[in-house]
Amino acid sequence: MDPSQQPSPSNSNQEPLWREEFSIFTADERYVSRRQMTKFLTLTSLSMFAGNLWLLARSLFAKRGAAFPEAAIAKVGEIPVGGVKLFQYAGEQCILVRITDTSYAAYSQKCTHLSCAVYYEKEQNRLECPCHEGYFSIQDGSVLAGPPTRPLPKVTLDQRGAELIAIGMSGGEG
Amino acid sequence: MFGYEFYIDPSRCIGCQSCVKACEECETHRGVSMINFDYIDRTNTIATGAYVCFHCDEPTCAMVCPADAIKKGEDGIVQSALKPRCIGCSNCVLACPFGIPKLVIEREQMMKCDMCYDRTSVGKRPMCATVCPSGALLYATPEQVARTRREKPNNVFYFGSQRITTKVFMMAPAERDFVSIDIADYMSEENDGPFTTA
Repeated sequence: MDPSQQPSPSNSNQEPLWREEFSIFTADERYVSRRQMTKFLTLTSLSMFAGNLWLLARSLFAKRGAAFPEAAIAKVGEIPVGGVKLFQYAGEQCILVRITDTSYAAYSQKCTHLSCAVYYEKEQNRLECPCHEGYFSIQDGSVLAGPPTRPLPKVTLDQRGAELIAIGMSGGEG
Repeated sequence: MFGYEFYIDPSRCIGCQSCVKACEECETHRGVSMINFDYIDRTNTIATGAYVCFHCDEPTCAMVCPADAIKKGEDGIVQSALKPRCIGCSNCVLACPFGIPKLVIEREQMMKCDMCYDRTSVGKRPMCATVCPSGALLYATPEQVARTRREKPNNVFYFGSQRITTKVFMMAPAERDFVSIDIADYMSEENDGPFTTA
């Protein structure tokens, strides 16, 4: 066999990255010293601490009670007792429930656990999150059972004549 | 290391298997011999060959290892699979063109010749080379070999299209610059190969 016809041995410059990082030659292995590791851990935890401080400062100085727009969301009598209507308010998907003939309640539909959409369970008269079986009170949005720890943000409603107006949103932020 | 190189000359092997026994005696792997001892075409000849690892410059065994367990040190020695990493998959056993690595089932680890690393790294000769009575396994300086041997030390091998250069030298006829083996000859199950099954 003529060696000139043989393909040349693999060029080390064309090695894939994983081969560089896990070299078969001990001389090319990339070891991390204890000092490097300690430095990395210290700097990483310091930067995470600084990030948390920034988040804390931002929430402390954030404007409280920012003005919510008013939005007509439904007409009185538009939905039957026990019926629901979904609507958008302040960038959130919300759910309006007619609990009794005269009382309405509206909440953000985003579960405070992992943001699944909650729905109204008519027989139990409560809001349910199907993902992990979180239950919220229809009266004030507080947690009845399940993994969520914070109540659902409640949309404040105002009845003006024959129209239901959303005038604000509260709770659920803590 | 220390100016010495390893030379293998199968034509001098007398089949005494001293190297096999000497290798087994080593306390780093007692009872398991790392010598690759071959009967060459046993039906027709008494010729034998004893081989140690050739310690390739680009070791195929290490390149195919999925667990990053086989390492080649700066001194050119390809070590046995690292015990904490070896998963016993036998990739190296199948890939090595010289057939050197062996999977030791009881230890769930690939073990191969490391040229007696405990000895050669401090300037001693490997166990097999110290006991070989015929010089088939020789650990000597290149000058010594040039002075005492007719054959030409050779460390370039062709297996099909794979070119392999090694740390260990194989003694070849003086007129040859490389050793070439057409692996297709050994893959055929017909009776036209060098080893017939009949």
